[in-house]
Amino acid sequence: MGAGHSHPLYVHAHSATHLLPPEVKVAATVAFVCAVAVTPREARWAFAVHAACAAAAAAVSHVPPRFVLRRLLVVVPFIAFAVLIPFVGSGERVDVLGVAVSREGLWGAWNVVAKAILGATASILLAATTEVPRMLTGMSRLRVPAVLTAIASFMVRYLEVIAGELGRMRTAMAARGYAPRWLWQARPVATSAGALFIRSYERGERVHAAMLARGYSGTMPEIGVPRATRRHWMTAAALPAVAWSATVVALAGPA
Amino acid sequence: MTAAGGATHASTRGGPGPSTPAVEVSGLRFHYPDGHEALTGLDLRVDRGQRVALLGPNGAGKTTLALHLNGINVADAGTVRIGGLLVSEPDLAEVRRRVGLVFQDADDQLFMPTVGEDVAFGPANLGLRGAALDARVDEALAAVGADDLRTRTPHHLSGGERRRVALATVLAMRPDVLVLDEPTSGLDPAGRRELVDVLGALAITQLVITHDLPFALELCPRSVIVDDGRVVADAATTDLLTADAVLRRHRLELPFGFDPRSVTPHG
Repeated sequence: MGAGHSHPLYVHAHSATHLLPPEVKVAATVAFVCAVAVTPREARWAFAVHAACAAAAAAVSHVPPRFVLRRLLVVVPFIAFAVLIPFVGSGERVDVLGVAVSREGLWGAWNVVAKAILGATASILLAATTEVPRMLTGMSRLRVPAVLTAIASFMVRYLEVIAGELGRMRTAMAARGYAPRWLWQARPVATSAGALFIRSYERGERVHAAMLARGYSGTMPEIGVPRATRRHWMTAAALPAVAWSATVVALAGPA
Repeated sequence: MTAAGGATHASTRGGPGPSTPAVEVSGLRFHYPDGHEALTGLDLRVDRGQRVALLGPNGAGKTTLALHLNGINVADAGTVRIGGLLVSEPDLAEVRRRVGLVFQDADDQLFMPTVGEDVAFGPANLGLRGAALDARVDEALAAVGADDLRTRTPHHLSGGERRRVALATVLAMRPDVLVLDEPTSGLDPAGRRELVDVLGALAITQLVITHDLPFALELCPRSVIVDDGRVVADAATTDLLTADAVLRRHRLELPFGFDPRSVTPHG
């Protein structure tokens, strides 16, 4: 919970990207990520093009590079795994800084690291320019099944409510002297998880009643958020088009 | 402040005459799945434009009654009519349009990502779209003085703001009858004052469940005490609040130092 009214992944700005309808941004992100994913790992110049696309998107969106870099830390666990590949890989050996590593493994690591970073950057930019509710609207306009978007939107809405409830329960425990240090003192935590489930379940019933009371009949009405025009689609398609051109040339060219 | 106001939202279906009561409950009985008998033959008639306080101890059946008024609970026996229309399966959509229910916990009521979308949820279910829907949202937010909250996230509003927005989500459906479940609980004095002003300015039939007796006195000329699942007292609020024996019998208490005879009610 906080005083701000937006998500930590969101960067409040009024750039052209922020103003684009969500469905084109979701589609553009998916298109870009696909272009990156199928790029042959040997085509290093193509990855440079992709990176330039991502950088351009960040600049146009007024998202500070530091913000992107900080969020990129999320891929570190994957990279840590990828770094191991050259050492455990088999086949022809090459020397890197005096250490013999597998050539095949080196390519594998590069492939994972480059694609993970580019893909994560695209997602970070999408999240930074599109508030979660808007993103869900965009997904439903891209024909993602309504049940899935409805579940996601309730999760977003009530996660904080439930987290708040959990916080209050923990405060209540602490206020009565509960300060667990050892595993065998964890019983109240398990019990409270059960209580939290019951509370959330009952809230679910009350929310459903409140929805029925306002005429809910099984489908969420789509409200607000202007629809994308041809121009929006053209604008958003620009960068993925560049990325795809590079990918296609790389795929067609000599390996 | 009685009969006149309700006519502004006179309903279009069922052709009720001016004498048709806004709410008519007769012989209502209901038990919960665990066997608890919540309503034991409840009768209540509320005329158009009336504001009625529903008083009574915890567990008396007040909230259960509220959930019957728009068909969320289904009665074991007895009937509920809203503006002459029987609350039953074929007419549930219209009944839910006519009866606006404001829940006790605003977090149950506000489930959309933004205030504007939440207020639009009800009228969108009624089939409104585009400019008509926008106008309806503006109207409802203006009625509760929350125009500036439209793009906010419900979870980050203050308690008073949340309560007023919850009210707006219901007003957006232009109900004939407004049912409020403990609207003042958890509000600070200023939030409570703002709510009194908003409700006092609404010219529609109102049924207010409350433990806040000064609030009932200020807003509602008539009060009904519900206990053990039925109506046990029904009188002018001032008379009821000065009947000490009745209040005591049904676990109602005036705040310390409060004398109902010394104040001039709003209504």
